[in-house]
Parts: sequence; structure tokens; C-alpha cells
Amino acid sequence: MSILAYFVKNQALILKLTLEHIEITVIAVSISTLIGVIIGILITRYKRAATPVIGIAGILYTIPSLALFGMLIPFIGIGLKPTLIALILYSQLALIRNTFVGITHIDPSIREAGRGMGMSSWQFLRMVELPVALPVIMAGIRTAAVMNIGTATIAAYIGAGGLGWLIFRGIASVNTEQIVAGALPVTLLAIGVDYLFVLLERYLTPSGLRH
Amino acid sequence: MDFLLYFFERREIVLSSTLRHVEVSLIAVVLSVAIAVPLGILITRYRKMAHVVVNSANIGQTVPSLAILGMVIPILGIGLKPAVFALVLRGVLPIINNTYSGIVNVDRSVIEAGRGMGMKNRQILTLVELPLSFPVIMAGIRTATVLSISVATLAALIGAGGLGDLIFQGIVMADRNLLLTGSIPTAILAIAADLILGGVEKRLRRGAVQ
Repeated sequence: MSILAYFVKNQALILKLTLEHIEITVIAVSISTLIGVIIGILITRYKRAATPVIGIAGILYTIPSLALFGMLIPFIGIGLKPTLIALILYSQLALIRNTFVGITHIDPSIREAGRGMGMSSWQFLRMVELPVALPVIMAGIRTAAVMNIGTATIAAYIGAGGLGWLIFRGIASVNTEQIVAGALPVTLLAIGVDYLFVLLERYLTPSGLRH
Repeated sequence: MDFLLYFFERREIVLSSTLRHVEVSLIAVVLSVAIAVPLGILITRYRKMAHVVVNSANIGQTVPSLAILGMVIPILGIGLKPAVFALVLRGVLPIINNTYSGIVNVDRSVIEAGRGMGMKNRQILTLVELPLSFPVIMAGIRTATVLSISVATLAALIGAGGLGDLIFQGIVMADRNLLLTGSIPTAILAIAADLILGGVEKRLRRGAVQ
């Protein structure tokens, strides 16, 4: 009951932090997608670079978020900037790999058909490769979005704002209501976004490729 | 140069924090394996249950670690036990999923061959299914280990100790040397664990093919 009371009493704050959290995630996911998809396309053209590029993204992905923040702060300070950089770095593995796999796994017969129609490399990318790979790329964006919501929670500790603020404050002051007021919305946000992307993936799969 | 000197002066605390970090993560991974592998096997026998368990595990994996850590406190308080509990909650999910998919994807004809040789269910499991799915299970254990090392950093907040203590202190005190002293070993620890277990996984895969 007291948890519900806390929610009602602090609804304005919780709403503000939720919006902050969404804002950080949306900015990070947008920039990450732009960078990750471009790199992903590039390594389909320069196949030799694929393994090292994906390997580096994999190593970055392995670094615990708190440690990555710890290594960024001495050079770029605290706040939104190191947060966005960390979120973007983490997202690269999912985005680069999915873009690369999505494009390289296109059925050879579809490739042949495009070439046979005399498409230029650019037309081929825009009209064949990207649309066919889109569901796989979307799955990468989905992974990145869910992960960023989680990492953004931790970024509250370095002044990025968002729902993590309530959790950290609640832990420090042993205030259960405050912890739950941060943890519950952020959990719902992550699950909700994940589900939203499931629907989006289904919607974006070209009808010819739908099972 | 300044940092190297600072680091060297604090080598003992770095070492003890690293050992503590490894200890907490290791306990969590061992417990996760002990819970998740049997559970993963169990749901291959009850397929209806499998759907529910795998879907819940997938949803569970989207829950932010800090939220899990935070929600453990009202139930278990602070200290090592709640921290390990939170790590295990995180760690079991990838192992359940991989154990299940590893076993389910074992070639049916191999299992039939086992049956034809007169193997009992238990023998099929220990002599056929588990050895063949071991590389996939190992991949799950690898994911769980890297996750545990990462969440253990946050668990410093609820009194688990480890390298996270140094990083949190470094943030609060805005001390760049302390920040790097905590972060760099943490990063190396996670990357090393990933590479080592990745190597084990690769070796297992090669073994499974032969």
C-alpha cells in the first residue's frame, strides 16, 4: 500500500524521470543505429574487415558498464556525454553483426535477380539488400534498445538522470518505496519496448518472406 | 606515469578487490549452473512447460540489472547473500535457454541410434544428449559468467565488495586515478573470462564434431 502511495505522491517526478530515460535511450539508439548500420554495410563490401570489426565490437560489449563509465569519466567527465558514448559503444555489436548477417545471408537467387535487372550497387543496396535484411537489422535495434534502457539506469549514478536515480537514491537511503518506484517503471519500460519491437519486426518483414 | 605510481601503491587493495570480485562471480556462476542445467534438461521432457519457461526467461533477460539488484534489497537486505542471489537471477536465464536449445537440437537420428543400442532414458541423456549439447551449454555459461562479473560490479553498492567499490568511490570522489584503478582491472577481468571460456567453447565444438 505504501508503495502505491509513494507512486501517487511522486507521480510527477516518476513521469519526468521516465521521460528522461526514454529520451536518453532514443537518442542513443538513433545514433547507434546510424553508425552501426553504416559500419555493418561497409564490412559486407570489405569482407576482410568483418572479423576484426565484429571482434572489437564484441570486446567492447564485454566490458562491464560501470567499468566503461569509470574509464570514460577521467577523459570526458560525467553527465549525458559519457553516457551516450557508452550506450553507443555497447550497441555496436548487435547492430553491426545483425546488419552484416542480414545482408550476407540474402538468398543468392535474389542477388542474381537484382544483378540481372541491371541494378547499380547503390540501387541494389537500397532496393534489395536493406529491405530484405530489415527484419534482422530490426532485431539488432531491439537488442540495442533493451540493453540501453538497462545501461541508462546505471548512468544515473554519473548524472545522466532517468529512473536509475530513484533506485540509487533508494538503495543509499534504504527506502524500499523509492527503489521500487524506479525499478518497476524501468522494468516495464524494458519489457514494453522489447514487445513493441516484436510487433514492429513482424510488421516490417516483407510479405514475401513471412512464414 | 602519475596513474601507474598510484596503481602500484594500491596493488594490495586492487588484488584483494579482484579476488573478492572473482569469488562473488564464481559462486554465482556455479550456483546458476547447478540450478539452470537441471531445469533446462527438465523442460526438454515437458515441452508444454518449456514454452512458458523459455518465454519467461526471455522476458526476464530484458529486466535491467540494477532493477533486479534494487528489488532484491527489500526481500533479502544487503550483503553477500542478496548480491549472489541477484547475480544468480541474472545468470540462470542464458544457461536455461542454451541447455534447452542445445538438447532439443540434438539430431533425432543420433538419439534413435542410442535407443536402438538399448540405451535407457538416463543413458541417452548422459551419453548422447549432454555431450552433444555441451558446446551450446558452455556458450550459455560463458554469457552468464560475463554477466555475473558485470553485475558483481554493481553489487558493490549493496555490500558485496569487489572492484565495483573502487569505481563507485572514484565516481563519488571524482578521483580519476581511483576510477581507472577500479575500471581497468574490471574490464580486463571480464574480457579475459570471455576469451578463456570462448576458447573452451571452441575446443568443445571441435570435439563434438569429431
